[in-house]
Amino acid sequence: MKISSGTIRLIIPAASLALLLAAVFYMQPRAMSYTGLNLLFNLAVPIALATIAQMLIMSVNDLDLSMGTFVSFCACVAATVLQTSPVLGVLIFIGAILAYAAIGVVIHMRELPSIVVTLGMSFVWGGLAVLILPSPGGTAPTWARWVMTAKPPLVPMAIVASIVIAAVTHYIVMRSSFGVLMRGVGGNNRSVERAGWSVLGLRAATYALAGFFAILSGIALVGLTTSADANIALRYTLLSIAGVILGGGEFVGGKVSPIGAVIGALTLTLAGSFLSFMRISPDWQIGAQGAILIVVLALRLALNRLEKREKSQ
Amino acid sequence: MTQILKREEVVAARGVRITFGAVKALDGADLVIHAGECVGLVGHNGAGKSTIVNVINGGLTPHEGSLTYGGRDERGISAARANGVRCVFQELSLCPNLTVNENARIMHADLKGWNWRSRALSLVKTQLQEIFPGHAIDCDSTIDDLSIAERQMVEIAISFAGTDKKPKLVILDEPTSSLDAGLAAQLMAYIRKFVTEGGSVLLISHILGEILSTSSRIVVMKDGRVVADRAAGDFNTHSLVEAMGNVVREQEFSRKTTRKTGTPALSMPPRRGHGLAFEAHRGELIGLAGLGGHGQTEALLDLYLGRNSNWWPTAAKEIAFVAGDRSLNGTFPLWSILKNLSIASLGQLSSRKMIDDGREQALGESWKKRIEIRTPDMGNRILSLSGGNQQKVLFARALATTASIVLMDDPMRGVDIGTKQEVYEILRSEAASGRTFIWYSTEMDEIRLCDRVYVFREGAIVAELVGEDITEKNVLAASFSEGAAA
Repeated sequence: MKISSGTIRLIIPAASLALLLAAVFYMQPRAMSYTGLNLLFNLAVPIALATIAQMLIMSVNDLDLSMGTFVSFCACVAATVLQTSPVLGVLIFIGAILAYAAIGVVIHMRELPSIVVTLGMSFVWGGLAVLILPSPGGTAPTWARWVMTAKPPLVPMAIVASIVIAAVTHYIVMRSSFGVLMRGVGGNNRSVERAGWSVLGLRAATYALAGFFAILSGIALVGLTTSADANIALRYTLLSIAGVILGGGEFVGGKVSPIGAVIGALTLTLAGSFLSFMRISPDWQIGAQGAILIVVLALRLALNRLEKREKSQ
Repeated sequence: MTQILKREEVVAARGVRITFGAVKALDGADLVIHAGECVGLVGHNGAGKSTIVNVINGGLTPHEGSLTYGGRDERGISAARANGVRCVFQELSLCPNLTVNENARIMHADLKGWNWRSRALSLVKTQLQEIFPGHAIDCDSTIDDLSIAERQMVEIAISFAGTDKKPKLVILDEPTSSLDAGLAAQLMAYIRKFVTEGGSVLLISHILGEILSTSSRIVVMKDGRVVADRAAGDFNTHSLVEAMGNVVREQEFSRKTTRKTGTPALSMPPRRGHGLAFEAHRGELIGLAGLGGHGQTEALLDLYLGRNSNWWPTAAKEIAFVAGDRSLNGTFPLWSILKNLSIASLGQLSSRKMIDDGREQALGESWKKRIEIRTPDMGNRILSLSGGNQQKVLFARALATTASIVLMDDPMRGVDIGTKQEVYEILRSEAASGRTFIWYSTEMDEIRLCDRVYVFREGAIVAELVGEDITEKNVLAASFSEGAAA
């Protein structure tokens, strides 16, 4: 059977994750245990959720530069309001989802570049986060803490959570009718419109869903760290974009892969640990992380070229 | 005739008028399609074929005139679809990132509920088998992985397929442009069958053989109007070409009839391995004709890149380019008129890498006078000018350089007739002083201004016309192939 281009796009991220994992195990055999794996991938869960949120936005050819501040905002709400008065906390989250849908509507109606709108919104979310939690603190809701520190038998929680996230989002994005229409908007927005669908509604729904996953990311993050800070997740903006790209997604054309995005998030987290195990000084770590990204992306580009050449023959 | 009138009207557009700025895209066109007929629609570029298709499928609302589906007055894309109007567009309109059945899901809103994937798949498979028996398309693959012809086949199959209700009218805009002769014949056979079963088809094609053999009625459009509407049997290739063209017009200028010899200023081997080679001599005004999108723009870009590397533009610019799409790759919308004009000749305006303000001003003033840019101040924003005057600035930008060759990519789209006349004058005088112009135009009047014309079809040059031979009839005859798809 012929391998579809979607599968080929998944090979590189999966292979790079396996390679990194093998390298980590080689350098630190003790990581090859239940606790070791949990520690390695613990922080990947909120990143994976944020990456999924970013991937949804990217599937309609947009980009969300407010992801980091929005996740920080959600973490602050989760550590304060959601803990003290859950009803109000849930209402705030519903409001945030509606705000995301409204952003989608504005971007579509006024034909604004999503980068500009979300960059502006990032200051709004950042400001709200500081208002809610002026200094680091707060307490994680006990249930969030329980979920994130649960110890299922055989496989650590971080792995279970990643698999669940990948499976659920794969179903939504790749299998459901809504997912097809959403990716259709990214692939050829005009033909979706000509077939009589409301692209405006689809975009709003996509943004709302992205907001929902970003909120889950914030709660998961608080569940891990037990307290929050207005700047806790700032780097998630770029991490989430890098995760989508690393996982085989593309900036335009509605070509996304939820499984790839989760793998991308895992790879990014692992790359950090790998560099620490290599005793590379923290000063050089960000640069080295960038180098890993470039190598993986170069591999993918080479593979794409190969594929294209085969097709033209 | 009476028999046709008794048939049910599927869609009727009457007296439709649509204008885009100064351009009248449709000027009171009538198009009525009845059940059980295949209407062939032909016409040259800009005749209004695509516009009337967009009116019928609900994408454009007519500024004047009436539009009815089955006698009811409804508007909009959803209304058109609800009345069974489907459209296969000239440019592929599938989502390339989705699989075949996912695309069917998007086109057919009623394919919902449990197990829609397998239902969509069987729908497309059956339809493909019906239209193109013996095809080898893997329906599980993503559209990206299919060849252009296969994509076209899938799109046609999806449009003809019906879940609960069959489509009443299928509009096919150049459906065979990427199909080979065998597949095209299969499609034409299916269209005939579809029509005898009571469906109707609006067929647009540049292959007159198809139109003549498949349609029951042929509508000829010109300048946004329907100029002929008769049974297909009343036409033959010759009379069809004649109906599309203009009546012989007075030649209002004299062109150089002597053929230039010697080393050409610019040349290019035959494109796509067949057809004629391209040659341009000093001082010639050469037209690239043919239907839109048949490789003329690509030829211009190749000519440009042949002389000027994509990576490292050479300092001495011997070729200038006038872009066709002003807003996309022509103007700098935030800059002043003067800056838009001088951008291509900054090298000659600067001394020691600094721009000489005085010289720039002088250049602006001289061109303002020469081509009459209608503005009180060259420092005004370029967008303060009308479209035609913006285009004049773009011409001046190319002419102000020292380039001896100017390439023009259909730059007169949407420009009013007065401005056009002024630009034609400038072109003539510049050509007389030794500049070479290579001009891709979709307008016959402009092609007739040229000294020599190359006609493009399917990416290659198929004919060369010189002097008195440059007539609308000859250009049309060369742009439309007579037989089956090449």
